[in-house]
Amino acid sequence: MTARFLPVTQRLITCTRSVLSAPILVRERWLLNNGRHRLFSSMTGMLRSEDKVIVNFINRDGEKITTEGKIGDSLLDVVVEKNLDIDGFGACEGTLACSTCHLIFDDDIFKQLDSATDEELDMLDLAYGLTDTSRLGCQICLKKFMNDMTVKVPEGVSDVRQAADMSKTTSGI
Amino acid sequence: MSAYCSRWTLRFLNRLCVSGLAKTNNKHVQHFSSQTSPSVQVCIVGSGPAGFYTAQHLLKSHKGIHVDIFEKLPVPFGLVRFGVAPDHPEVKNVINTFTQTAHLERCEFFGNVTIGSDITMEELKMAYHAVILCYGAEGSRSLGVPGEKLSGVYSAKDFVGWYNGLPANKDLNPDLSSDAVVILGQGNVALDVARILLSPVELLKKTDITQASLDSVAASKIKRVVIVGRRGPLQVACTIKELREMVNLPGTKPVLDRRDFEGIKDALKDIARPRKRLTELLMKVAMEEPSGRDAERWAAASQEWSLRFLRSPIKILPTADGKKVAGIRFAVTTLEGSGENAKAVLTGQEEEVSCGLIVSSIGYKSLPIDDGVPFDETQGVIPNDMGRVCQTPGLYCSGWVKRGPTGVIATTMNDSFETARCVLEDIDSRVLDCSMAKPGHHALRGLLEKRGVTPVSFSGWEKIDALEVTRGDEIGKPREKLLDVQEMLQLARA
Ligand SMILES: Cc1cc2nc3c(=O)[nH]c(=O)nc-3n(C[C@H](O)[C@H](O)[C@H](O)COP(=O)(O)OP(=O)(O)OC[C@H]3O[C@@H](n4cnc5c(N)ncnc54)[C@H](O)[C@@H]3O)c2cc1C
Ligand SMILES: NC(=O)c1ccc[n+]([C@@H]2O[C@H](COP(=O)([O-])OP(=O)(O)OC[C@H]3O[C@@H](n4cnc5c(N)ncnc54)[C@H](OP(=O)(O)O)[C@@H]3O)[C@@H](O)[C@H]2O)c1
Ligand code: FES
Repeated sequence: MTARFLPVTQRLITCTRSVLSAPILVRERWLLNNGRHRLFSSMTGMLRSEDKVIVNFINRDGEKITTEGKIGDSLLDVVVEKNLDIDGFGACEGTLACSTCHLIFDDDIFKQLDSATDEELDMLDLAYGLTDTSRLGCQICLKKFMNDMTVKVPEGVSDVRQAADMSKTTSGI
Repeated sequence: MSAYCSRWTLRFLNRLCVSGLAKTNNKHVQHFSSQTSPSVQVCIVGSGPAGFYTAQHLLKSHKGIHVDIFEKLPVPFGLVRFGVAPDHPEVKNVINTFTQTAHLERCEFFGNVTIGSDITMEELKMAYHAVILCYGAEGSRSLGVPGEKLSGVYSAKDFVGWYNGLPANKDLNPDLSSDAVVILGQGNVALDVARILLSPVELLKKTDITQASLDSVAASKIKRVVIVGRRGPLQVACTIKELREMVNLPGTKPVLDRRDFEGIKDALKDIARPRKRLTELLMKVAMEEPSGRDAERWAAASQEWSLRFLRSPIKILPTADGKKVAGIRFAVTTLEGSGENAKAVLTGQEEEVSCGLIVSSIGYKSLPIDDGVPFDETQGVIPNDMGRVCQTPGLYCSGWVKRGPTGVIATTMNDSFETARCVLEDIDSRVLDCSMAKPGHHALRGLLEKRGVTPVSFSGWEKIDALEVTRGDEIGKPREKLLDVQEMLQLARA
C-alpha cells in the first residue's frame, strides 16, 4: 500500500487539549503502526501497569467491553488499538469533523474532565442522542482518575425498533 | 486520498482479515481463508457514504454475502468527492474506510455504469437476491419563480459541482465579476458556497478545489455575499461549526442586523442545546461589540457576508437587455407559530436587492431511477420502512434517497446501518429467499459489453487517484481532479 500524509496539522488534533498528557503526534503513531507494527506492540507490552487504566465500554447492543488503555491516549486511540468492534466509530479519524466518537460518561467522571473547547461542543451538537454528560471520545485523553470508568456508546439510531437482535446473522467479528 | 492508509484503516482491515475476507495476498489472510463461498448476492446502486456504509455493515456481519457496487461515474465516493467542500479535507477521511471495504474479497466496484439506462432494475433484480438503492439526490429543488433560467442564476448543486470537479459542471464558468452575490437558503451548503467565494486564495490553493475554479475565485470581484432565508434567525438550517467558520473567515466581516435578534433571548430558555448555542453565537455577532482580534480583522476587512431573514424569493430581475440577472425581488414574510415548525407567511410587502450572481441553495432533490421502483414525488424519496422499499420485496434503500436530502455523513452512516440490519434480518427470517443461486455480476458483464459500456474497477479508480495526486503534488495541492469522463476512462483502462 502506498502512503501519503495529510497535512500534519490535521493529524495533530487528537488530544492537544490535555496539558498534562503530552500531545500525541498521530502522524508518528501512524508510522509506527504502518511500518513497525510489531515493534509498537512490544513497546506497549513493556509499559508498566501504572501507566494504564481500565476502561469499560457499553456497546450499542448493551454488551460490556472491558479493556485497558495507556494514560495520555484518547478514547479513540483505545478503540483503534484494541480493535474494539464499535461500528462506525471515529469516521473522521480524530479530526473533530464527524461526531461518530460520541460517548456518554458517568456523572462523577464527567465532572472531572477538562472542559470541552467550542470546537468540540460544536461537533457534539450534531451527535445522536446528545446527553448532559456527552463528550467526543477523540478529545478525551486517559488519566489516572479514570481507572475502571464506564463509558456508553449511544444508540446510533433514533428508533428502538431498529436495534434488532442480529446475533444469528452476525459473525461477531 | 485513497492512496494512503492510516492506523484506523489498518484496524478495520485487520478486523476483516481475521475473518478471511481481505483481497490482499497477505499471509494472515490465506491462513484464515477456509470460508464458505458467498451465496447471497447483493447489489448496491451508488457509491457515496450510503452505498459504502451499507456494504461495510453487510460484509462485516455476514460471511456469505457478496456485494457489487454500481456507480454511474468512473470514480467513487459520491458527495464526499463532489459535495464536501475542498477546505474540509478532514471530513473526507471516511474515504480511507470506504477504500478498505472496496478492497475486500467479497466486494466489487463497477464504476461508469448507470443503473436505469446501462442496466435496468429488472435485470438487477434477476441477477441479485437483494438490491439496495443508494443513489443519493442528483437533482435540485427549483424556486419556481420567474427568471430562474437567467444567466447568472445557478443551483448550489451545479455551483458546488463546478468547484469540486464534477464532470457535468466543468464548463459552468460562473461570472464572478459583480460585487454582490445573493445566496438563497441558509443551510450548510449555502455557507459552503459563501465560504468558497470569500476565502482567501492562499487558503484555497492548498485544497483540492479545481484549478479553473481557483483561478476564477482569484479573479473574483465579489465584495458582498447576502445569505437569505424565508424564515427567522431561530430557523436557520446551518450548523454552528460552519457558522463559526464564517465568523472567523480572514479578510471578511459578518454583518448581522441586531434588530433581527431583539426579543429572541426569551425563546432561548426552552430550546435544545444545539439550536441554543447556534443562536447565541448569532446574537453575539449581531449585538456585541467585537473584541480584540475580531475588531481589528473586521475593521480591515474588504469583503462582507450577511444573513437576511424573512425574505421569500418571488422574481429574479433581468438586466435591461433581458440577458442576465440584475437582482431579485423578495416578498417580506412573518412567522406563524414558533420554533422549528414556524411557517413563513407573506406580509404583502416586497423588497428588491441588486446582484450579479444568484446561487439557489434551497436543497437537493432525489429523482426516480426506473419505472419499476416506487417513488414518492412529493417527499422526493423512495417510500420505505426502515430501508425496506414498500411493497417491493428484495429492494432496499439507504442514504439521501431513503430519508431526503438532509443529514451529515454520520446521519447517513446510521441509516445505512439500519438498512443493512433489515437486509440481514430478512435473510435470517427467510423473508428474502436466498435458496436459489443468483449469478450476480456474471450475468451483467455480457450485457454491458453488448451495450458498449466498459466498467471501471476499483483498481481503475486507483490509477485515476494516483494521477490526480501526482498532478496535485506538482502544484502544492492534495490533488488536482480530472474533469473529463473520457480521460478518466482512458486512464482506468490503461
Ligand atoms: C455540498 C455538500 C456538502 C456536504 N458537506 C458535508 C460535510 O462537510 N460533512 C458531512 O458530514 N456531510 C456533508 N454533506 C452531506 C453528505 O454528503 C451526505 O450525507 C451524504 O453524501 C449522502 O450520501 P448518499 O450516499 O445518500 O448520497 P451521495 O453521496 O450523493 O451518493 C450517491 C451516489 O450514487 C451515484 N448514482 C446516482 N445515480 C446513479 C445511478 N442511476 N446508477 C448508479 N449510480 C448512481 C452518484 O453518482 C453518487 O456517487 C454535504 C452535502 C452536500 C450536498
Ligand atoms: N459541513 C457540513 O457538515 C455540511 C456541509 C454541507 C451540507 N451538509 C448537510 O447536507 C444537508 C443538505 O444541506 P442544504 O444546505 O442543501 O439543505 P438544508 O439544510 O435543508 O437547507 C435548505 C435551506 O433552503 C431553504 N429553503 C428550502 N426551500 C426554500 C424555498 N422554496 N424558498 C426559500 N428557501 C427555501 C430552507 O429554509 P426553510 O428551513 O425555511 O425550509 C433552508 O434554509 C444538510 O443536512 C447539511 O447539514 C453538511
Ligand atoms: S473521530 Fe470524528 S469527531 Fe471524533
